[in-house]
Amino acid sequence: MLNLDPEEVAGLPRYPVGRRCPYEIPEIYTRLRAEEPVSKVVMSDGQPVWFLSRYEDVRAVLSDPRFSADRLADGFPNLALGQREGLSKQPKFMISMDGAEHSAARRRVISDFSVRRVAELTPMVQKLVDDCIDRILDLPQPVDLVAELALPVPTLLLAELVGADHADHAYFIDLVHRMLWRKTSGEERVQISIGLRKYFDDLIAEKEANPGDDIISRQIAFQREENGEVDREGLNSLAQLLLIAGYESSASMIALGVHTFLTRPEWLETIRKDPAKTPVAVEELLRFYSILDVAAGRVALADVEIGGVTIRTGDGVLASVFAANRDPAAFPDPDRLNLERGARHHVAFGYGPHQCLGQNLSRLELQIVFDTLFERIPTLRPAVDEADLPFKYDALAFGLYELPVVW
Amino acid sequence: MRISSDQDVCTGAGQCVLTEPGVFAQDARGVVELRTDRAEGELMPKVRQAVFICPSGALSVEED
Repeated sequence: MLNLDPEEVAGLPRYPVGRRCPYEIPEIYTRLRAEEPVSKVVMSDGQPVWFLSRYEDVRAVLSDPRFSADRLADGFPNLALGQREGLSKQPKFMISMDGAEHSAARRRVISDFSVRRVAELTPMVQKLVDDCIDRILDLPQPVDLVAELALPVPTLLLAELVGADHADHAYFIDLVHRMLWRKTSGEERVQISIGLRKYFDDLIAEKEANPGDDIISRQIAFQREENGEVDREGLNSLAQLLLIAGYESSASMIALGVHTFLTRPEWLETIRKDPAKTPVAVEELLRFYSILDVAAGRVALADVEIGGVTIRTGDGVLASVFAANRDPAAFPDPDRLNLERGARHHVAFGYGPHQCLGQNLSRLELQIVFDTLFERIPTLRPAVDEADLPFKYDALAFGLYELPVVW
Repeated sequence: MRISSDQDVCTGAGQCVLTEPGVFAQDARGVVELRTDRAEGELMPKVRQAVFICPSGALSVEED
């Protein structure tokens, strides 16, 4: 832990820093990057940590094995009160593993997320998106696209991936929806979390008896071959991780992307005329919004010099992918949204061995949603002014709570 | 230029395949597989970009 006297801690900037505008990076990020790119900030639990705001430094830390991703290690920046207690009660998620343990765990799942495998999922994702749009077209207007498209698409996709396509499918979808609904109480959240764990336990047992064409069944077969037995707890963690990592973030990017196109008709025209430009636009949306800025915490396992500053063993570090993605040293005119920028070196999915496992699936999902939605509902337009839209300024992942549209 | 890959380091993000599928592929395990270990002409900037954005550091090039 970064040891400072209480007076110095009291004077430090607080983290997380909330956004006040959907498009602008908080002023303090830009100032720190220019004046003190390796600086100290204080977390909401009072812990001082290092804050990195340069592209080069963020990449350096996230790819350096001397920084640990172990969320239970002393000094690791805690984003939410109770985070450590919650995590200590369950088997380790892959995102908390380091080195050889992480490589082995990730090795077992990467074939399910390879570029080729993801491309094979195109017809399934397309059908899922089409089904959602069919339902939308039957609804009275205005329709909230967060509730009817941005949230259902990743949920249905996850259900397909883990093979939750049996009788309890509707129950599962309902649990997931309530988990992230902002009006769900803390008490209810605990119940939902217990419900999900139980759901995945039952699903794993079912897949052991009747394997299907899904990640869980493939992991079961793999584990039986490797160890002769099934690690049910580990599989449950994997299923939960896929849910946590793939759900809210995808929903946020769908909603922000749709809003961006609807309020910028020139860009909408560009991808309508030439769908080959959609993937390029998706990369820029990912860079520009950098919705998961808070995901990349680390703790130093050794004394390491970053950007001329020595970070000591046990110090917590926050590598800001938002600040990195708006660094003028890496992206010319970084604060301008340019959907034809064509820069793929952003770190919106993180960097290093932990870079998002589902990134290619996420790209596919976004491309299909944008292309299909605007093709099938060409007169789609916002139902409210941007000033009245509920952006998720208070959440750890930026996004939209609602996006009412008409056509 | 000469291209090398380290299959033990690769974490299967697939960024190289998206950058230049003519040079990079993923095997059945999702691990990087080179289609060729040499690149010339217009492929060279693509290969350099793949090396730069690879999150795991599994790729490297030696310029001739």
